Amino acid sequence: MQDQDVTNFTLLDNDYILEMKNITKEFPGVKALDNVSFKLKEGTIHAICGENGAGKSTLIKILCGVHSSGSYTGDILINGAKVEFDSVRDAEGCGITCIHQELVLVPGLSVAENIFLGNQPNNKGVINRGVLNKLTDDLLVRVGINEKGEEKDIHPTDIVDDLSVGKQQLVEIAKALSKETRILILDEPTSALTEKETEVLLDILRNLRNEGVSCIYISHKLDEVMAISDEVTIIRDGNSIDSKLISDITKTEIIKHMVGRELTNQFPEATHQCGDLILEVKNYNVYRLGSKERKLLDDISFKINKGEVVGIAGLMGSGRTELFESLCGILPNRSDGEVYLNGKRLVIKSARDAIQNGIYYLTEDRNRYGLVLNMSVKENITLSSLKKISKLGVINDNHEEEYSHDYIERINIKTPNTKVAVETLSGGNRQKVSIAKSLMTNPQILILDEPTRGIDVGAKYEIYKIIHDLVDQGVAVIVISSELEEVLGLSDRVIVFRDGTIGGERQIKEADQVCIMNLATGQEVELIGE
Amino acid sequence: MSLNNKKSFDPVKFLKKYAMILVFIAIVIFFSAMTNGVFLQARNLSNLFRQMAIIGIMATGLSLVIVAGHIDLSTGTLLGFISGISAAGQVWWNWPTPIAIIIPILVGLVVGVVHGILIAYLKLPAFITTLGTQFVFRGGLLGVIKGQTVAPLHKEFVVIGQGYLSKEVSWAIVIVASLMFVLITLNRRRNDHKLQIDTKPFKSDLIRLIIFVGILSIFTYLMNSYEGVPVPTLILIILVLIYTFIAEKTTFGRSVYAIGGNALAAQYAGISAKRVVTVVFMFSGALSAIAGLIMAARLNAGSPQAGLYLETDAIASAVIGGISMIGGTGKVYGALFGALLMASLDNGMSMMNVPTFWQFIVRGTVLVIAVLFDVTSKRKR
Repeated sequence: MQDQDVTNFTLLDNDYILEMKNITKEFPGVKALDNVSFKLKEGTIHAICGENGAGKSTLIKILCGVHSSGSYTGDILINGAKVEFDSVRDAEGCGITCIHQELVLVPGLSVAENIFLGNQPNNKGVINRGVLNKLTDDLLVRVGINEKGEEKDIHPTDIVDDLSVGKQQLVEIAKALSKETRILILDEPTSALTEKETEVLLDILRNLRNEGVSCIYISHKLDEVMAISDEVTIIRDGNSIDSKLISDITKTEIIKHMVGRELTNQFPEATHQCGDLILEVKNYNVYRLGSKERKLLDDISFKINKGEVVGIAGLMGSGRTELFESLCGILPNRSDGEVYLNGKRLVIKSARDAIQNGIYYLTEDRNRYGLVLNMSVKENITLSSLKKISKLGVINDNHEEEYSHDYIERINIKTPNTKVAVETLSGGNRQKVSIAKSLMTNPQILILDEPTRGIDVGAKYEIYKIIHDLVDQGVAVIVISSELEEVLGLSDRVIVFRDGTIGGERQIKEADQVCIMNLATGQEVELIGE
Repeated sequence: MSLNNKKSFDPVKFLKKYAMILVFIAIVIFFSAMTNGVFLQARNLSNLFRQMAIIGIMATGLSLVIVAGHIDLSTGTLLGFISGISAAGQVWWNWPTPIAIIIPILVGLVVGVVHGILIAYLKLPAFITTLGTQFVFRGGLLGVIKGQTVAPLHKEFVVIGQGYLSKEVSWAIVIVASLMFVLITLNRRRNDHKLQIDTKPFKSDLIRLIIFVGILSIFTYLMNSYEGVPVPTLILIILVLIYTFIAEKTTFGRSVYAIGGNALAAQYAGISAKRVVTVVFMFSGALSAIAGLIMAARLNAGSPQAGLYLETDAIASAVIGGISMIGGTGKVYGALFGALLMASLDNGMSMMNVPTFWQFIVRGTVLVIAVLFDVTSKRKR
């Protein structure tokens, strides 16, 4: 229920559309938020930065009614009037819409049906598809997803499941804007987007700001924060550390506030000894599902050496993920071509074959494909190496405990013990559990797809260090990443994908962001934020 | 939510956790009262445990099917089909007892392979597949025994369903089981110590031991005060122990839980879900076959009605025992408790001469309530 106390106007705070005052929220055993305050000026974009577990999500959940009033202390004021939310509906009633990190679209429905889900234009319950699609068309143009008159990027009748994650994200935004939204909250909106899609999104947000929509923007990507926001609030360990105009703060200062210490370099220094050829892929083709003619990936050839990090860049939909899923036997699509491991011809039919041959692919979506969330930390770590901890199919509990304990210490997984369910860990630690799982198979080639997506700066640095350690041991590491900075900071060599082919390959010394984007798009582009 | 709740008593949580046990106690009290205590007499309990064995063995096989995220609606009619094969074999085809046991179990395994190929390899929904095979087995039973009651069976075969252990043997088993419990506990404590894990306090292990030995002794004493521990009950307990071991301690069991918890993650981790799911259905088929043999032995006949609708009781038992329909969670031995509850219900209603139509209504309702409870308590976390 909303309890709008209209008499409670305080004239001083009139230009703030939203104030959260002295918010304290406790979960059994932990104080998630301790006296946090946050103010949002009308018609501005306000970024919230903080490491994973700092309390950003909790703050947002309070604001959009997931944690109901009464479960926390402190006040929420909208235009100076106190409000109380008991449900997401209440919050939406006040014009607050949140787009969560995890998308919540119905995969089998069309774009238009998703956007207007629950309030389709209808006549006595019969949906008017013409009107529905027309409204969606207009909306997509208004938010700038489709250009007026040009060929449509997203069609209202497209089935959501067929769209790339990037496009799904844009549909999600369009859906939020189809409601009367005054305060739009975006939680890591670009974690699945390419640079180009990010650019589109940031432009859309700038447009919305001009139309008077206020926006709370949560992101780990500080370049975006610097580029888009007017103000930034930094949260650390459940406390609000600082709020500053973006013009009064630098990226380094934000990081310093977030981690509580100065991170001089986001990427660890490392020099690699590039060794012998380990993997060679020759004229590899992947076909579209159910087709023997139409190619998803066309004539791919490349080589990977021992002891090097190879970065894989390319736009979403360029086929980079699909190629490695296909090489590792995960993608059901038909494929042909030659693959040589240590000079020997290799045929891989399933993930199991790949792992047995020392090739491990770690998925970009760890929650959906990477982890069994309700299983314990140790059960997840040992899942790919059950043979190692068992004899005649019987698991030796001691071995399992020792192995998992060893990996927890080696790559510094923060968990109370080996028996807690993985779903209780933070994103960064979940990712480390996935990595531990892959390491336990002793891979010769480790393929990491977006290894640091949605992970805070500190944990990222640790994961980079793990990668370098592996390379020093002679493992070949392939890193697929949408973050150009990561590709440049981490790899020795970069292969850029474009539309199902290899757009180009560069030694990292000869590459920069502009060069990679050129290879990825096949044209000159300007970089965002510069 | 209260802010400082360190071990404060939460009645809602308590109720949710122990709801099924409370329901069971209520059922027992109700039937005892309605039958003037006859329900709790050794003679009836002996009968009840024999009934429970059949449902319990089916539910044990089903448990991993459900953990793997599938379902098997054909266990009841498969049980009937198997009992028919064994009976016809003994009466008409001159099968000696060992053959009349082995062939039906092989049939159960083959059925499991077929289910596995259809469901795991050809990706048919388990629900529809086993709904279809349910009818196939029903027809198979009627065909094999030509729609008649086929009797009598071999004397040594009938022991499987009707026999009792001698008092000395059952007490010997109690002693051996208690000693093994002590050994296993000591071994675990030593390992925990070696790995520097916080082990459970000595007191709680001692209490567990006392409860274990206590229940076992009371049970044996009660059974011995009638004719002795029924053979089918012993078979049930042995099978549950083996299956619990398979589920908890083997790579196969771990794979089943992983597939049920997140099939895609299991595939990406290199687990061959197709093979594992097929084996799960094979085990389920074999266990239904064993239950079918016990059924035939108990009736001392192959009957056209054998096993009809028993899958309802088996599924309800698994769910009541805490095996979630969502997949990936639940303990195999939970099915034992579920079977006890369902058998008590069946037994009590029969004793009270509740009309058949009411018995169907109650069994169906219990199944739906159990699933409702499972879904509401587990999905919202």
